[in-house]
Amino acid sequence: MYQSQTVIGHTLASKDLALADCKWPEDALHTIPDWVYTSQAVHDLEIERIFRGKTWNFVGLEAEVPDTGSYKRSYVGPVPVVVSRAADGEISVFENRCAHRGAEFCRHGQGKATEFVCPYHQWSYDLKGNLQGVPFKRGVNRAGGMPKDFVNADHGLRKLRVATRNGVIFASYSPDVEPLEDYLTPEILVDFDTVFNGKKLKIHGYYRNEVPCNWKMYHENLKDPYHATLLHSFLVVFGLLVAGNKSRMIADGVHGRHGTMASAKSEDKYATVSEENKKEMRSFTDGLKLRDDRFLEYVKEFDSPWSVTMQTIWPNLVVQREMNTLGVRHIIPNGPDSLIMQWTMFGYEDDTPEMERHRLRQGNLMGPAGFLGLEDNEAMKFVQEGVRRGTADVNVIKLDAGAVGTSETLISEATIRAMYVYYRDVMGFEAGSGS
Amino acid sequence: MMGTRFALNTPRSIDAARALVLRGEIEAFNADYCATLDANDIESWPNYFVEDGLYRVTGRENADLGLPVGLVYAEGRDMMHDRAVAIARTQMFAPRYMLHLLGSTRVLSETDGEVRSQTAFMLLQTLVEGATTLHLAGHYHDRFVRRDGGLMLAERQVIHDTNILANDLVYPV
Repeated sequence: MYQSQTVIGHTLASKDLALADCKWPEDALHTIPDWVYTSQAVHDLEIERIFRGKTWNFVGLEAEVPDTGSYKRSYVGPVPVVVSRAADGEISVFENRCAHRGAEFCRHGQGKATEFVCPYHQWSYDLKGNLQGVPFKRGVNRAGGMPKDFVNADHGLRKLRVATRNGVIFASYSPDVEPLEDYLTPEILVDFDTVFNGKKLKIHGYYRNEVPCNWKMYHENLKDPYHATLLHSFLVVFGLLVAGNKSRMIADGVHGRHGTMASAKSEDKYATVSEENKKEMRSFTDGLKLRDDRFLEYVKEFDSPWSVTMQTIWPNLVVQREMNTLGVRHIIPNGPDSLIMQWTMFGYEDDTPEMERHRLRQGNLMGPAGFLGLEDNEAMKFVQEGVRRGTADVNVIKLDAGAVGTSETLISEATIRAMYVYYRDVMGFEAGSGS
Repeated sequence: MMGTRFALNTPRSIDAARALVLRGEIEAFNADYCATLDANDIESWPNYFVEDGLYRVTGRENADLGLPVGLVYAEGRDMMHDRAVAIARTQMFAPRYMLHLLGSTRVLSETDGEVRSQTAFMLLQTLVEGATTLHLAGHYHDRFVRRDGGLMLAERQVIHDTNILANDLVYPV
């Protein structure tokens, strides 16, 4: 883990501002102040207003909790929760914190249980988080024990609201968040429902890594198609994404908080890059060919104009469809300077063995050792180090200036702006003033 | 079918004297393998595998669940070559030194010239302006075959105990 080993790990007070000192620059649309990435106070307010606010947070896939008693550990923001399926098939999400003395009782990543028992004093809870048993509740030999007015029903685990869509489980602390379908919005549902189309998922496995950057940067990176053809020369060399390909950077039309980076691969395996565009891309390597290019094959399996859709679902989910490699990424904020990423890679139950192997081969593109994934992680680490330790205090987002929301060009920062218009509203940050 | 579950205490089905001879041979092989990687000479790395060799890196969590995903998943030396070239020539990452430390090799079996073994490893990483950190710890689960008298890898599955990786894994293990 980086956090414990960072060199020059102390954030100066000038970057770790109190809320009252957080002034967004006047040109709010085209600037992001460093303190959104570095202030502990801002981070804490985000946990309260965003992760515990009027949002639906991804917590897992139904395929991970298929049977009665199946459970998995998960997180809502930084709060550990348990996702559990009861005998009636209903999925419950509750905090992994015993109602008695606060112990995080569930220690296994996933498994099967008939009940949850806190190891400290063996209080037991059913699969929906209701308190079932308290040892020695009436004391021993009529001495001690709980008072007569102690009612189990008042001491269950803290439960969250739960909603599912085609096998994807979301939870919310908010009593008044809109229904999940409305929350996701029509623009986003089109591509979400392409991946989660009701077919049963088959889990292929997990990656977990710490990315030493602020959690919002991960959203921004996937709302930033500009970087894709510049940082990821691999994409360009092998024709997966070339400036000029059919593509679209979509923002949801209600709040601008969700996004879909969509592109369509050309028919050729290797890209044709014009001399003019080559000059713009320093990292481009001409003439590189793979010895085994099976992993670039694109099996058209969906009725969609796009071969790639990378969706950012506010506040903690990325849905990855990079050709035939499918996965979800669960963002867990870990203080202002770090996030924990949990990747769940999957296919469908009806995949042929060859299709499963194709997805595994193509998986080399993504994840913490993936040709795209590792470059993103490196770049975001560099950005966090720069904003935390540098003396300047503002980021410039002027590509496609003035535009907010969906963009037809890759050379645009319009959906990042849309996200921050929404963010400022939720957080109460106004241009030129504090919260 | 690729193996996805790995018990660390599989009983040995080879006599102790033969296992000792093979252990020496495998440890010499691994010393060369690790020297290549520690030198960041990754374009030579595929040479340790046979043409249709399998290489996979995955978490012990996945191995416990029998899940097939790989942080790195290469079917055949050509895929390894492509990865090595991509990393060496196209990928952007901060410069780093890697250092492999291996435990002693446990030889499990020898059948029709195919040798199975397991070896614990620790992988240390040193970044510019950074501490040397324990990046990954786990086991190699290997299948060796003979080519021209020497050993080559038909399969190396790297199963790491490390649950949360620090940022990324750039080089093969």
